[in-house]
Amino acid sequence: MSAVNINSGDELRELYRELILDHARNPRHFGKLEDATHSAEGINPLCGDKLKLYLRLDAGHRIEDAAFEGSGCAISVASASLLTDTVIGLDVPGAMSYFTAITRRMTDVESTEEVLDLDKLLALEGVREFPSRIKCATLAWHALKSALLSHTSPVTTE
Amino acid sequence: MTQLQHSESNIESIESCRDDFPALHQDIHGHSIVYLDSAASAQQPLSVINAVADYHRHDHANVHRGVHTLSHRATEAYEGARDKIQAFINAASRREIIFTSGTTESVNLVAQSYCRPRVGRGDKILITHLEHHSNIVPWQLVCEQTGAELIVVPIDASGQLDLENFDEMLADSVRFVAIAHVSNALGTINPVKDIIAKAGQLGIPVLVDGAQGIPHMDVDVADLGCDFYAFSGHKMFGPTGVGVLYGRESLLNDMPPYQGGGDMILEVSFTGTTYNDLPYKFEAGTPNISGVIGLGAAVDYLQNVGLDRIARHEQELLTYMTNQLAEIKGIKLIGTAAHKASVQSFLIDDIHPHDLGTILDHQGVAVRTGHHCAMPVMEFYRIPGTTRASLALYNNFADIDRLVTALDKARRLFA
Repeated sequence: MSAVNINSGDELRELYRELILDHARNPRHFGKLEDATHSAEGINPLCGDKLKLYLRLDAGHRIEDAAFEGSGCAISVASASLLTDTVIGLDVPGAMSYFTAITRRMTDVESTEEVLDLDKLLALEGVREFPSRIKCATLAWHALKSALLSHTSPVTTE
Repeated sequence: MTQLQHSESNIESIESCRDDFPALHQDIHGHSIVYLDSAASAQQPLSVINAVADYHRHDHANVHRGVHTLSHRATEAYEGARDKIQAFINAASRREIIFTSGTTESVNLVAQSYCRPRVGRGDKILITHLEHHSNIVPWQLVCEQTGAELIVVPIDASGQLDLENFDEMLADSVRFVAIAHVSNALGTINPVKDIIAKAGQLGIPVLVDGAQGIPHMDVDVADLGCDFYAFSGHKMFGPTGVGVLYGRESLLNDMPPYQGGGDMILEVSFTGTTYNDLPYKFEAGTPNISGVIGLGAAVDYLQNVGLDRIARHEQELLTYMTNQLAEIKGIKLIGTAAHKASVQSFLIDDIHPHDLGTILDHQGVAVRTGHHCAMPVMEFYRIPGTTRASLALYNNFADIDRLVTALDKARRLFA
C-alpha cells in the first residue's frame, strides 16, 4: 500500500486544519443561552449531528449573544463554534449575509469572489473537496437562518 | 433459452473469490479499495452482473403474460430463481417464496397482512432492543393501527439478548414475535432457534429478519422452524431492489393480499375479484424481473463457494479483526457478544465516527459510520453512533491490516 503521509499537500490536512480541530475540541460559546430570544435546531440525519443554536437579539435586532449545544462531528461542531464567534455583534441582515456567503462558498466550487471578509471561516473551505461533508459544515448556518426567521421546527440537511 | 446460469467460477480457495468481484479492483483516492461495508450492501460478483446484463440483452419481456418467446424466457428465468431460493433456504414449497423489494417490504407485508388483522388492544408484539429500524417501525405502525403494544427484549452490555425473563414476557399476551437473526450494528447472532421453539410451544408465530444472517451462514427455514423469514438481495451479493419473504404456506393462505394490481388476480370484475394462488397473490404488478434473476445468480454463487466455507473464513477474519482492533490505544469495541458474525463496531478516543469515516475513505477504506439504522442500540450505549467494519467472503487479512493502519493515521491526525 502507499505510504501514509499526514503532511504536505494532504486534502485531509486541509479539511482538518488546526483551527478546525481547535474549535472542535474547545468549542466557543458552548451551552444553553437561558435568555435566548431566538433558537433553532439543526439535524443531520445522515451522521446524527444534532445541535441547537441560541441567539439573544436586542431591541434593535442586533445579536447580543449566541451559543450552541449538541453533538456532532469535528466539522459541524467547529462550524457552529466559528459561527457563534462571527455573528455576535451583527444585526440580522449582517448575519444573513454571512449565511449566504458561507453556504455559497461551501457549495459552489467555482465561487471565489467574496463580498465579505470571511477571515477565520475560510478554515471551513476544506470541505469543498469532501462533498459528503458539506452538510456538516453548513448545518449550524442553516440553523442560524432558521432561528433568525423564527422557524420553530428543526431544520435538517436532507 | 439463453444461458442465464453463470459459469462455474472454479473456486479453489476462498481467497480467490475476490477476483470475481470487479468493484474490488479499483483505486480510491490513490489506494486500492478495502471494502468493509458489506453489511450495508455487498458487492456483486461478475456472474450476477452478467446474469442481469444477459437478461436485459437477450431475454427481457414481461413475465406470466405473453405467449411469445421472450416472455416465456423471462418467465422461466424468473420462476427458476424462485426454485433456487426455495432449495437454498430449504422451504417446503415454491409457493412459500414471495419476491419483494427487500427485507423492509417483506416485514411490512407480514405486519400489515398477517399481524394487523389479528391483534388488538391488550395484545403484544415482541421485538428486541437490537433490531434494525425496519424491524421496529412496521410493528409500531401496527400498534398505532390496532391498539396493540410493542414490547422489547433487553440486551446486556456485550450486545447479547438478555433472555432471563423471556418466558414470562412471551407468556403475557404476546401474539407475534419479530427478531433479527443477526444484529446489523453489533453482529450478535441471536439464538433464534430457541426463541422460535419457545414461541411455538405457545402457538405464537415468529418472523426472522434475516437480512444480516443469510450472507454469512447456512439458513434452513425448516430446521429453524420459523413462520416467516425476510431477506434482501443486495446483502447477499445480488442486486438492490429485490428481496424475499419466506412464509409458511398455511399462514400465507390465510392472509389477504398486501397490494392489489396485475398478476395477483385470477379474475377481476366490478362486483369482485378472485385472487391468484400463492405466491402470486402477494406479487402485484410487474415484478423486479432482472433483480430476481440476479438474486438467483447470487444464490448459485453462494452455493458454489459454500456457506460453511464462507462462515469459517469470516469467523477467522472476525477474530483477527477484533484482536487487531483491541490493540489500538483509545479504542472501545461496541458489540462483544460470544456469538457474532462479520461485524465489529467501535469508537476511537473522542473522534466522531463521521470524521473517522472520511479519514478512512481517504485511504481507500470503506466503512459505515453513524447509527446504522439502529438508534435504540446507540441509545442503549449512550453514543451518537459508531464506526462499523463489516466483512464478507471476499475480504482478507490484508484488508484488516489496512484498516488498522488507516485508524492509526486518524489517531495521529486528531492527536
